[in-house]
Amino acid sequence: MAKIHVTTTINGEPTEFLCEPQQTLLDVLRDELRLTGSKEGCGTGDCGACSVTFDGRLICSCLALGAEAEGHEIETIEGMAEGENLHPLQQKFLEHAALQCGVCTPGILIAAKALLEKNPDPSESEVRYWLAGNLCRCTGYDKIIRAVLECAADMRGA
Amino acid sequence: MASENQELKWIGTSPVRPDGTDKVTGRAKFGADLMLPGMLTGKILRSPHAHAKIKSIDTSKAEALPGVKAVVSAADIAEMPSEWVPAGELQLNYRDLASNIMARGKALYDGHAVAAVAATSAAIADAALDLIAVDYEVLPHVIDVEEAMAPDAPVLHEDMFTEGVTPTPDKPSNIFKEIDIGIGDVETGFAAADLIVERSFKTAPVHQGYIEPHAAVASFAEDGQAELWCSTQGHFTARAYCAKLLGMDVSDLRVTASEIGGGFGGKTTVYVEPVALLLSRKAGRPVRVVMTRDEVFRASGPTSGAANWVKIGVTNDGKIVAGEAVLKYQAGAFPGSPVQPGCMCAFAPYDIENVKVKGYDVVTNRPKVAAYRAPGAPIAEHAVESVLDEVAKKLGMDPIELRQKNAAREGTNAAYGPKFGPIGYAETLAAAKAHPHYSAPLGPNQGRGVASGFWFNVGGDSCATMNVSEDGTLVLATGSPDIGGSRASMAIMAAETLGIDVADVRPIVADTASLGYTFLTGGSRVTFATGMAVIEASKQIAEELRQRAAKIWDISVDAVVWEDGYAKPAGANAGDFEPLSIGDIAAQAGKTGGPISANAALNAQGAGPGFGTHICDVEVDPETGRVTVLRYTAIQDCGKAIHKAYVEGQIQGGAAQGIGWALNEEYIYDEKGRLDNPGFLDYRIPVASDLPMIEAVIVEVANPTHPYGVRGVGEVPIIPPMATVANAIEGAIGVRMTELPMSPPKVLAALDNGR
Amino acid sequence: MNALTYASPGSVDEAVKLLAAADGNARLLAGGTDLLVQLRLGMIEPSLIIDVKNISEMTAIKEENGGFRIGASISGAALGEHAGMQRAWPGVVEAVALIGSTQIQGRATMGGNLCNASPAADAVPAMIAADALCTIAGPDGRREARVEEIVTGPGETSLEAFEMVVDFFFPARPARSGDAYLRFIPRTEMDIAVVGAGVSLTLDEAGVCTAARMALGAVAATQLVVEDAAKALIGSTLDGAAMEKLDSAARAACRPIDDKRGTIEHRTKVAGVLARRAAAIAKQRAEG
Repeated sequence: MAKIHVTTTINGEPTEFLCEPQQTLLDVLRDELRLTGSKEGCGTGDCGACSVTFDGRLICSCLALGAEAEGHEIETIEGMAEGENLHPLQQKFLEHAALQCGVCTPGILIAAKALLEKNPDPSESEVRYWLAGNLCRCTGYDKIIRAVLECAADMRGA
Repeated sequence: MASENQELKWIGTSPVRPDGTDKVTGRAKFGADLMLPGMLTGKILRSPHAHAKIKSIDTSKAEALPGVKAVVSAADIAEMPSEWVPAGELQLNYRDLASNIMARGKALYDGHAVAAVAATSAAIADAALDLIAVDYEVLPHVIDVEEAMAPDAPVLHEDMFTEGVTPTPDKPSNIFKEIDIGIGDVETGFAAADLIVERSFKTAPVHQGYIEPHAAVASFAEDGQAELWCSTQGHFTARAYCAKLLGMDVSDLRVTASEIGGGFGGKTTVYVEPVALLLSRKAGRPVRVVMTRDEVFRASGPTSGAANWVKIGVTNDGKIVAGEAVLKYQAGAFPGSPVQPGCMCAFAPYDIENVKVKGYDVVTNRPKVAAYRAPGAPIAEHAVESVLDEVAKKLGMDPIELRQKNAAREGTNAAYGPKFGPIGYAETLAAAKAHPHYSAPLGPNQGRGVASGFWFNVGGDSCATMNVSEDGTLVLATGSPDIGGSRASMAIMAAETLGIDVADVRPIVADTASLGYTFLTGGSRVTFATGMAVIEASKQIAEELRQRAAKIWDISVDAVVWEDGYAKPAGANAGDFEPLSIGDIAAQAGKTGGPISANAALNAQGAGPGFGTHICDVEVDPETGRVTVLRYTAIQDCGKAIHKAYVEGQIQGGAAQGIGWALNEEYIYDEKGRLDNPGFLDYRIPVASDLPMIEAVIVEVANPTHPYGVRGVGEVPIIPPMATVANAIEGAIGVRMTELPMSPPKVLAALDNGR
Repeated sequence: MNALTYASPGSVDEAVKLLAAADGNARLLAGGTDLLVQLRLGMIEPSLIIDVKNISEMTAIKEENGGFRIGASISGAALGEHAGMQRAWPGVVEAVALIGSTQIQGRATMGGNLCNASPAADAVPAMIAADALCTIAGPDGRREARVEEIVTGPGETSLEAFEMVVDFFFPARPARSGDAYLRFIPRTEMDIAVVGAGVSLTLDEAGVCTAARMALGAVAATQLVVEDAAKALIGSTLDGAAMEKLDSAARAACRPIDDKRGTIEHRTKVAGVLARRAAAIAKQRAEG
């Protein structure tokens, strides 16, 4: 099986990797690049734990092939904080106890960040529908939704 | 030392959890995140049949495939005698555990593990599974609990003769055990009743639905010692189970608990852990086994589905005079459903003189059930709380008032045995009644329901080690995997007890070689039991710090007090010394006796029972049967909330799971006994847009056996939702739903039939 | 182990050549939201995956003669951001927007939704109601077809060997036209449609319906064009009686199955309900 050579950008860093044709972007991130912050909860696009952005668009990395990354820009949870500074959403999730086990958290943060970039003033309902593809089994979503709404308000005020 | 009566500085606050940053940056390592040099990928071959004799397994072609380093099957696990051991709130039988890990002789459900391979890549491992030839003889199967109890049902275990009946039957059946619980005489009770309501109910098996699949990495050394990394609620119990299955000395196996991506009871047993160890032992290399989501649904969890019947008799003034129930729980392929705790919990919230509960533990061709949040209780209490709602309607009485009239209180003899100590059921009912939610107006097609729940909570074995670092900060090690913020609770209790800043305590979860035996994270026991070990260790540290201060000051230890994080002279007579902080004392530890360290090991007794009362508003679309949850309030007695936000989180999360159980979650089998919905697409757990905010109301009736009054919190909130939602639907459409889930086709059919 | 290869052609011609060369063992990768799941579950074992997202005409939206030409591999998210389509065909846009989560929207395409040929595909009833056309490219060149002719059964299409859908065309609309799509699912998101209903209609100045098309999804082996439903609306002001007729026509057309997602009884009943509700929304939109 010939491997494919892919040149891409991940979290702003020019990155090259070799992958097999059937390897998903998630497989590549986790197994080849050791970026294990993106999680596999289902492998079928139903849980959102593997959420990344692909040229700024929110996607499930389990539903893209690694080979498709050629020439594109990928952002993962590992690129969300800037140096020592957490992204405001990361900080707000900590303050609001918006995570329990934490396994869905990277995906939810990536998704929430994509939301606020598109819509800085979402309603509760808009946040809930935007995040409907990110399953959380621990929190009942309450504190997650509050954290996103409050972070949006803070960021608008800033 | 901070006495329990003093004003609390940390308890009840919500500081940022110590492991939080790792979890918002993707740095935290979960089960599948560990990679070792030379690591192989392990994969498991599973039965496609619900019930089949395994005539032969030929692994030779798989073994010959380049890149395959080991193949294992049941032949690699020694046969175990039947032996029951405690496992969380349930019991576990080693013989059955071994046969569940790898099918022995028969495959008993779709997804039952039959063989496993370890290979140099996932693709090779998959190819190897295709090369394993299993010769099955398909047998008739049975999925439904009542069909499994029928005399002509296909029998799963030829050696199963119902326990708990005399004489023991001479014919094998699928009924493993009958259970009888009761007090008083229900016949007399019902004879005195002015109103009797009885109903039959069905509940579907539901999965714990943790987002992280089971995962384990095992590494066996040539000397027979091994290391295991896994996503588990109990690495000490995982060590015990795995050592037993592999015939190892317990101390030869060192288990590290990875960060755990949810468990809810489902990670209190082992599935992939022994398989990874078996493969690693055979291959001589590290092996990682990670379940797919499909495997999680087909081969782990769920909790029982059940067929229940409940009868309640009351007098016209609302006094319950008798309660009777028959509970039939399916256990999956091996015995051990949570029907026993179900029987015990059914009427536990109420002070009733005459109670009779009969339970059946029944095997079916489904995955062996695992613990799920208050195992057994939600299934039984759903039936009782639904019937109570109907009783209240028929009496024309407010449903909270009916419950208040009969609520168990301190001193009540519970039907399952003990006399209750201080409990907070009445307080949750009063809080529910007074809550603005309860009197808010409702619109058309809307209804409001209330229901309550009870759970025992448990204590048990826990250890804690506390080490004072040279700069006066502390490392606090416990053996309780942190499933939802318990590191923060441990740090809070340590800081409170020592009177120091919570940020000076660094809590960690230590591996099995670094700490004494600690029972698993389950039974709502960690904040209570491990918390007691932490408080005990903190007290030891405070005592040691007094000793050291006395040495530094060269005065009697009796003349030193530990107060607000400082050693101080006890009074004017003790001398005039500047107070010493932990840092001051730690800096001189070498001169005063060496490192400062404490270890607490205890078996915590006296876990306080927990009660909750929930209120829910729904709207039913009369044309489609869709139920929308509009508003939800969950009130619970928590004894004492240590980390307030995480206590709220437990309540909110439990309620959300219960709403899923009520409305959409279920295992669906096809006619061949194959699971038809083994994924998050068709196993429908609530998504963010399905739910409203869930208001958590904390009531605090202290548990006197815990220094700060803690009761377990995590399990109670999943008990009330099913009946709460059912009662709300009844309020909206005037029809009593008796089958879970109350999915749109069922609700619409009920509306059409006006049942 | 099959030796899978991946190709990312830059033109439709090249893609068709690759399809032909693979002799039936190739699969097109548009959004991949169905394809990658099928790959993972072992439902398909192609030897070649042809990624059609780097073909510019397949990822463009163009206005053409007052209508819209939409590339078959444009993502749902990108379509949803197109103001012109939102104005002209809100029912189509909302149908596409219902496919999966936000994450799925980042990838899923109309072309994929159609060619995966699921009876429950959300975009398809709305496209059929809109009487959309599609351009099909194959070894013998290009042809045009009506979307309603494409799906012939679950997983089956009328596409000939080595053909592929390149784009969709939504024609210019008369004044006072509106469309809508509704679906029923057990949750609020993340489910496959249990029933889907698309309605497109045009009113005259008096509010009388002069043209209508109605299509149902997930109630038969393919999407259904319900002509009696359209007849029920045409000539009416969508009054109560017309809506009752529409409801009956929709129910009468259903040939559903019992499965893990719904029952025959529930699907049939809800088909009538959604037909009415979608028609009411389409009417409101037509009235502006």
